[in-house]
Amino acid sequence: MSAAQTAALRPDVALEVKGLAIRFGGLAAIEDLSFEVRGGEVLSLIGPNGAGKTTAFNAITGYLAPAAGRILYRGRRLNGLKPSAIAALGVVRTFQKTSVFGRCTVFDNVLIGLHLRSTQRPLAILLGLPSVGREDRLLAGEARRILEFVGLGARAHELGAALPYGEQRLLEIAIALAARPKLLLLDEPVSGMNPTETAHFMSKLASIRATGITVLLVEHDMKMVMGVSDRVICLNQGRVIAAGTPAAIQRDPAVIRAYLGERYARAQG
Amino acid sequence: MKQALIGAALLALVGLPWLVDPYALHLLIITGIFIVAAMSLNLLLGYTGQLSLGHVAFFGIGAYASALTSLGFSVSVTPSVAIALAPQPVWLALLVAVAAAGLCGWFIGRLSFRVRGAYFVIVSISFAEVLRLVAVNWVELTQGPMALNNIPPLTLWLPGLGEHTFSKKPENYWLVMAAVTVSYVVVRRLVHSRAGRAMIALKENEPLAASVGVDVTRTLVLAAIVSAAMAGAAGGLYAHYVRIIDPDIFLFIYTVTMVIMVVTGGKGTLAGPIVGGLIFGLLPELLRALAIRPEVQWIAYAGLLFAVLYFLPDGIVPAVSKWWEPAAGTAPATRADR
Amino acid sequence: MDQLLQHSLNALMLGGTYALLGIGLTLIFGIMRLVNFTHGELYAFGAYMMYLFVMLLGADFFVALLAAIVLGAALGAAIELVLLRKLRRADIDTTMLVMIAAWIALQNGEQLLWSGVAKSIDNPFPSAPLVIGPVSVAWNRVFVFAVALALIALTYALINRTKLGKAMRATFQDRDTAALMGVQIGTINTATFALGSGLAAAAGALLGPVFVAYPTMGDSAAAKAFAIVILGGLGSIPGATIGGFILALVEELGAGYVSSGYRDAWGFLLIILILVFRPTGLLARKERIG
Repeated sequence: MSAAQTAALRPDVALEVKGLAIRFGGLAAIEDLSFEVRGGEVLSLIGPNGAGKTTAFNAITGYLAPAAGRILYRGRRLNGLKPSAIAALGVVRTFQKTSVFGRCTVFDNVLIGLHLRSTQRPLAILLGLPSVGREDRLLAGEARRILEFVGLGARAHELGAALPYGEQRLLEIAIALAARPKLLLLDEPVSGMNPTETAHFMSKLASIRATGITVLLVEHDMKMVMGVSDRVICLNQGRVIAAGTPAAIQRDPAVIRAYLGERYARAQG
Repeated sequence: MKQALIGAALLALVGLPWLVDPYALHLLIITGIFIVAAMSLNLLLGYTGQLSLGHVAFFGIGAYASALTSLGFSVSVTPSVAIALAPQPVWLALLVAVAAAGLCGWFIGRLSFRVRGAYFVIVSISFAEVLRLVAVNWVELTQGPMALNNIPPLTLWLPGLGEHTFSKKPENYWLVMAAVTVSYVVVRRLVHSRAGRAMIALKENEPLAASVGVDVTRTLVLAAIVSAAMAGAAGGLYAHYVRIIDPDIFLFIYTVTMVIMVVTGGKGTLAGPIVGGLIFGLLPELLRALAIRPEVQWIAYAGLLFAVLYFLPDGIVPAVSKWWEPAAGTAPATRADR
Repeated sequence: MDQLLQHSLNALMLGGTYALLGIGLTLIFGIMRLVNFTHGELYAFGAYMMYLFVMLLGADFFVALLAAIVLGAALGAAIELVLLRKLRRADIDTTMLVMIAAWIALQNGEQLLWSGVAKSIDNPFPSAPLVIGPVSVAWNRVFVFAVALALIALTYALINRTKLGKAMRATFQDRDTAALMGVQIGTINTATFALGSGLAAAAGALLGPVFVAYPTMGDSAAAKAFAIVILGGLGSIPGATIGGFILALVEELGAGYVSSGYRDAWGFLLIILILVFRPTGLLARKERIG
């Protein structure tokens, strides 16, 4: 049976990671990592620093070449593809370190994110055909809509680099949403945010999820993870050590041992 | 009011041939050609962020390709086999120039993806130097240092005038003005489009650009091809205006001149290359008028460059527009946003 | 066969100074990540210093040589302190353009001071060449070779046996960590630029008397230096040394058997070919200097 046929028989699997291994020189950052992300769910990856979470993201989205293993999105092989090709398939990621187009306006940032939605051909552009102008107006409207959604409508004409930290992180989400993802990979989206900003983000995430987008999340903020996730997977030293519902993970001794215990206690208090 | 000012300025520009002497006109024509080359470099260096310091290669290829196509040539590949071309009309030669330069652009574009940062600087310079040495040594094709001369002027069929030969200065001036205008429009349209946004995205944050679907290689190659083709056209115009070219056209110092024009004017802005081009195209003449030795001129040049780099690192146009309108951000990425 | 031996011997004699040029640049390029456009001008400076001391001031040849090297290092330090310090946070293009402006200023300054006429510099060695069997070599070239080797050895020792060298190696590997560990990056930058410039000046001071001194001599020297750095791999002294000899050999054989007009083209062609096919350099190992 082909991978696509197998996938069709099981509950809707969006992303499948099988036996992934990533090595840097002699060091194995990830070894034999296997998990799946089901369509429409919010899955969180947790684990201590250095567990390999961002490395896994980099491999899934084409920024790193794995030493072994396969990554399949709805049956299509992702490993070996360029990041832009993976984005074209609907798999879009954000970055752990704040990543915006600094010297462009907030509006232009989102416009760049709409890259895949545009069909302008170079010749039409050079000749200044009316179709180009029509599409520009369409995209501009779409950009405004996305900015309103994340709450940055008033900031449209400020430079990306001039935004305060929390709003830059929102801008990252806006850019990613502009690329019309079906699977959204968020790398520590609320790190550095205060409780108000985090709560705001969580409600945005709920809206994103309601549109049917599957979300794979890496986070350290336990309260948020427990609050938004359908399932949680815990990594340690490049391997999966536990998987299940948030409630189950909280009780899992391996997880508590590796990482969770004192962190969650702090989050509770 | 703004429209009226622009209209008056344009009128003055068009009427210049009747207002200035032939030498000044010649200067403006050469400056205009360099402005086109600078605008093309701005696309690659300013908007796409590629440190290409071999730009003169495209200009020179354009000049030689156009000249050789219009003059005809014959080279022996082996003692018994020769490749020859009969002289072609100049308008065809210019198209050949654009195509040849565009091809080089494709090569450099692909190279810029493999070879990054400072290394790309070195590769691009080396590319231009190899071409220069070929032009110097392949005497059979290029006449080497003895120069290609008697290059025919441009002959076009114009509505109302029929076949017209651009041999006098005023008509070359208008031709170059038209070229500058067309180049400006082309760059403006490109920069405000999806392709232009992709180029800017690459310059600002390449991993982020890739994550939303910007194909890095394709964008780099597109920028390089358009940039090179435009520079090649400028080179062709140059060849048919001055009507004599030699391998010195490939000298690194001309790339430097173009880079200075773009960076001091304001890289990544539409007006930057024009402002920079006017300043550094006309400044040498001003210094010469003051009867200053060429070496001192160049040192003054360097001094001016230092001043701009230390005090106005983004260039003159952004500094002026910040002073004019302190609240505005960078140029909008679509016309719809204005 | 005799011709081949002669060419090889010429290459050997020349390769040492090429290596000096390359080592100087690989250190600057490697540690400061700077495309140093003034490297060629320091080479010319060294040659012109020899002209000044030997021909105009009548100084002893060997004293002049030492003076040229020391002054070259001093000029390098001055350039770093005056021009580059303020640009710590600037774009790479801004820094590059500053170096280009410095190159323009230096070269035209040299032209202004010494005029464009080529200057020859006397040397104290016998003019009759040393003959070894079928090949011959001029004594001044043997001297150049010997001094070049000595300087290469000295530089190697400096980088690998001294505290300063250790700090330089650390900065090369990881600038930020080195700074966190207490390495004064500013001092390292100045020292690196001074060292690299001193080596370039040495190369010029050695070759100036062999050939002639003229204002644009730095340009082809700079090009060769870049070719050698790319051949040998960034930051590698052994790489730059071997690269220097390889380039000299390629040039000699190319000029002898193919065409002398394209002599300078070999360096550029090598650069393009290597960066396209083996970007880490011909002799690449892990990225480390020493």
